[in-house]
Amino acid sequence: MPTLTVDGVEITVEPGTTVLQACEEAGAEIPRFCYHERLSIAGNCRMCLVEMEKSPKLIASCAMPAGDGMVIHTNSPKVKEGREGAMEFLLINHPLDCPICDQGGECDLQDQSMTYGSGTSRYHELKRAVAEKNMGPLIKTTMTRCIHCTRCIRFATEVAGVEDLGAINRGENMEITTYLEQALDSELSGNIIDLCPVGALTSKPYAFTARPWELSKTESIDALDAVGANIRVDSRGQEVMRILPRLNEDINEEWLADRSRFSYDGLKTQRLDTPYVRKDGKLQAASWGDAFEAIATKLDGLDGAKIGAIAGDLACAESMKALKDLMDMLGSPNIDCRQDSAALSTETRGAYLFNTTIAGIEEADALLIVGSNPRHEAALINARIRKRWKMGGFPIALIGEQLDLNYKYDYLGAGPATLKEVADGKHSFAETLKTAERPMIIVGQGALSRSDGAAILALAKKIADSFGLVSDDWNGFNILHTAAARVGGLDLGLVPGEGGKSAKEMLDGSLDVLFMLGADEIDTSRLEKSFVIYQGSHGDAGASVADVILPGAAFTEKDATWVNTEGRVQLGRRAIFPPGEAREDWTILRALSEKLGKTLPYNTISELRQKMAEAAPHFAEIDQVTPAPWGAFGTEGAIEDTPFVSPVTDYYLTNPISRASRIMAECSATFSKVKSEGTGTNG
Amino acid sequence: MLKDQDRIFTNLYGIHDWKLAGAKSRGIWDNTKALIEMGQDGIIDAMKESGLRGRGGAGFPTGLKWSFMPKESDGRPSYLVVNADESEPGTCKDREIMRFDPHRLLEGCLVAGFAMRAVAAYIYIRGEFVQEAINLEIAIQEAYADGLIGKNAANSGYDFDIYLHRGAGAYICGEETALIESLEGNKGQPRLKPPFPANVGVWGCPSTVNNVESIAVAPEILRRGEGWFSGLGRPNNTGTKLFCISGHVNKPCNVEEEMGIPLKELIEKHAGGVRGGWDNLLAIIPGGSSVPLLPKSICDDILMDFDSLRDAQSGLGTAAVIVMDKSTDVIRAIERLSHFYKHESCGQCTPCREGTGWMWRVMQRLVSGDAEIEEIDMLINVSKRIEGHTICALGDAAAWPIQGLVRHFRPVIEERIKSRKAARAA
Repeated sequence: MPTLTVDGVEITVEPGTTVLQACEEAGAEIPRFCYHERLSIAGNCRMCLVEMEKSPKLIASCAMPAGDGMVIHTNSPKVKEGREGAMEFLLINHPLDCPICDQGGECDLQDQSMTYGSGTSRYHELKRAVAEKNMGPLIKTTMTRCIHCTRCIRFATEVAGVEDLGAINRGENMEITTYLEQALDSELSGNIIDLCPVGALTSKPYAFTARPWELSKTESIDALDAVGANIRVDSRGQEVMRILPRLNEDINEEWLADRSRFSYDGLKTQRLDTPYVRKDGKLQAASWGDAFEAIATKLDGLDGAKIGAIAGDLACAESMKALKDLMDMLGSPNIDCRQDSAALSTETRGAYLFNTTIAGIEEADALLIVGSNPRHEAALINARIRKRWKMGGFPIALIGEQLDLNYKYDYLGAGPATLKEVADGKHSFAETLKTAERPMIIVGQGALSRSDGAAILALAKKIADSFGLVSDDWNGFNILHTAAARVGGLDLGLVPGEGGKSAKEMLDGSLDVLFMLGADEIDTSRLEKSFVIYQGSHGDAGASVADVILPGAAFTEKDATWVNTEGRVQLGRRAIFPPGEAREDWTILRALSEKLGKTLPYNTISELRQKMAEAAPHFAEIDQVTPAPWGAFGTEGAIEDTPFVSPVTDYYLTNPISRASRIMAECSATFSKVKSEGTGTNG
Repeated sequence: MLKDQDRIFTNLYGIHDWKLAGAKSRGIWDNTKALIEMGQDGIIDAMKESGLRGRGGAGFPTGLKWSFMPKESDGRPSYLVVNADESEPGTCKDREIMRFDPHRLLEGCLVAGFAMRAVAAYIYIRGEFVQEAINLEIAIQEAYADGLIGKNAANSGYDFDIYLHRGAGAYICGEETALIESLEGNKGQPRLKPPFPANVGVWGCPSTVNNVESIAVAPEILRRGEGWFSGLGRPNNTGTKLFCISGHVNKPCNVEEEMGIPLKELIEKHAGGVRGGWDNLLAIIPGGSSVPLLPKSICDDILMDFDSLRDAQSGLGTAAVIVMDKSTDVIRAIERLSHFYKHESCGQCTPCREGTGWMWRVMQRLVSGDAEIEEIDMLINVSKRIEGHTICALGDAAAWPIQGLVRHFRPVIEERIKSRKAARAA
């Protein structure tokens, strides 16, 4: 453990610490542009210079390992001169167009020039101008502002795993570019906007819409996939202006996937802002009273067995709990939160969680992916897998679709037959799993939402049991979910009760009344005879077949709970109010229950949450992952030979909010369509 | 003046056969096995004793540099990398070695590579050196065919390979870590140090990067004895050195001379003197474009070695002597060098990327006189803000010529600004 002196303060740091980190620990602030703790060290901005005794030159503190006996000065005149020099050089060719720059107010260059900048310029030559680069529909470039810190290049190559970004030319002609003016083909591309310390890379959809100081910042949770990324919703008035990631080492570190970051314009379009009732075959705007009346009339005297409910992928735990309680009161066993009919077992909680946890991936030493495309199903988990893979000693094998996941893997096969081979120990990768100390398996929804899903789950369980994936201090069995609602729904028991129908069975038109809580990713073609109540935020597939529409809130418009794929309970917070007549979802169900004469026993959200914690105690443990019990589950059965297919066919269009988003439509056209339809002469 | 029998580069002018047969007749590859039998420590000690300082410009003691290489491998192989990316303006010594005496370099690679326990040498040759690369490649093939390198090189029992890699024409790739990056196939940009190449070099393996001349003289030093080499020149500045004399002299030439030879003697004896006589001398850049120039008053009695030139606030550099007579517009001359550094900056780190262009633009105005007197001080301040603040030494190299100009020719610059002002007023 090296001990060094920083500005007279003696400090002992971990071996491998850099001088910059040691200075921060000692309480000395070091300015920087290129240094970023999650990226490799470039040492090129020269802003973090400090004076080290016995060294004739100033040293770049970000790149110098802390050594025993070093004496560092961070505020000597020599250091000040060095940093002022670096700042002056950065500014001479910087356009200083802060008034029209979107980075203004949150710009590192702006901030640090307050300390190290000069009031006037000594540079009387012409400034450099650099051509803009096309980086796709998400990233706006103003390359004249670029200070060549190369954070974006390092992020793309190291974290995102795409080599689309690089620097060309030399000296003052050096330019950051995507070489062929291609869009940055990564689900994590938006993060380079956050990383850019100046206004060279800014958000294209957010361009010129707001200043950071005008925005209300609400710390919340992303609900567009099952990762549960921590986000900050920036809103102005009743409008979400942008969504940014929030630091959470256990989940998303400080990254955010593009769909979660850029779907926010979908919150403003296709909204259900008033109740509707179908009259004469047409949906007509109605009052809450009329809508409830229509439902009450329909349900009056109806047998519970003729009623069913499906919860969709974005539903919050509160609304699902209210729905479940209401269905129980109506005497219906027909309830399901698995729109895709995935064969998820609720026999034990460990059977449907990502037990290893996201951060736990970094501890693992072997990985088998089954029927999943983590790059599209959970881009941030994919980034974590890549991070672990980059550390080395992490064999990865995949059964399913052979796709570019941004890391190398052994392709074992396409379908269940290969999985069975591994489970029976007949495949060489079985040996890898057996010899690994902390092996893990990731089973995707593509493997479970098929008719032999239960048998696949049993095979995965067999692998977990027979190759030591689960032990006292390690659980390598993982289900990768794609829906934010799924784990919460399973926790709260939104699965068919005794004799109850599954989602698939409810959709065959055999029920008299079907209540759909934001269920849109379903086959609605056989529901003509059913009376469909749709509660949700967007006019998507579900609303179009509804007989009554109850307008709900989107995830940014309510205080609500989601449980991510790890089983981590997290609280989202309301950033803006739902539009028009729309209401927070659990309150709609509460009001409806009163109308139906089956009043739900809670008047406030805290009373409801109390009930949730009674049903599943971990709901009281916010932000924690409680290790889930491991036990018997799964039913062995026959397997089919159809290959596994990921449920995510278009990453940018998986949910009603993203489908309503213009930005996501552009992304889909840029990234998804070109790949499938493009030919050699295309474009 | 160096005696003929003390010369190392006996085919510097290409008048003899450069191929293997000719090389052998000049004593190259003569019982190389015996040199290797000195053992690693023996060779390194002898090199240290000889006082040889790196011939690439910085003058770091060669034996000491070799001793930094790991004595025992941790599983990674070690490499010798020969810096043949000779691009310093004014310098043309390595190319003569490579085209007229390539075997001297190859023998040096084997001996040096053995001393640092390297499994192979990579010679990174400047892309523009076409004939040199061809000759070197032929020489490598000859040496392989003759068993001098490869398995059991020169019957020494040591296996050693030599590879030639051609660069693509960037000055910065002569910086050792940029050279390593380029050799690996990356954009030629210097790496941060530490870690130093002796720990993490090419492909992450311990490596030592040496100049062509440093490597080429090694076998001869070992053969004749370190005492012979250290007996030449002055203490701490020993041996012989190739000087490249260009510019306003009657006979521009390369010549091998003893270290510490007076500059005036070097030019008058070997280059036929300054054009128009010694009194027509304006200034001399003594060590390639990177070092500050010296006015005639200093040139009169300065000795050509590392310490003497350093004391005169210049440097020996690559010993490329650029002579300028009184017909020279010295501001314009330095402005041209300034443009060179602006053009060759890799663009990685801030002070050099932005500062070299700034300095060049100010220099342009100083040439025409369209400037203010205060801008001279500003220019020096800018150069000081670059110097010592960059990842590699290119920033320093860009700053020094300008600092030298202002140090010795400030009145000329001021005069030009004043006369331009006067002309405009009139």
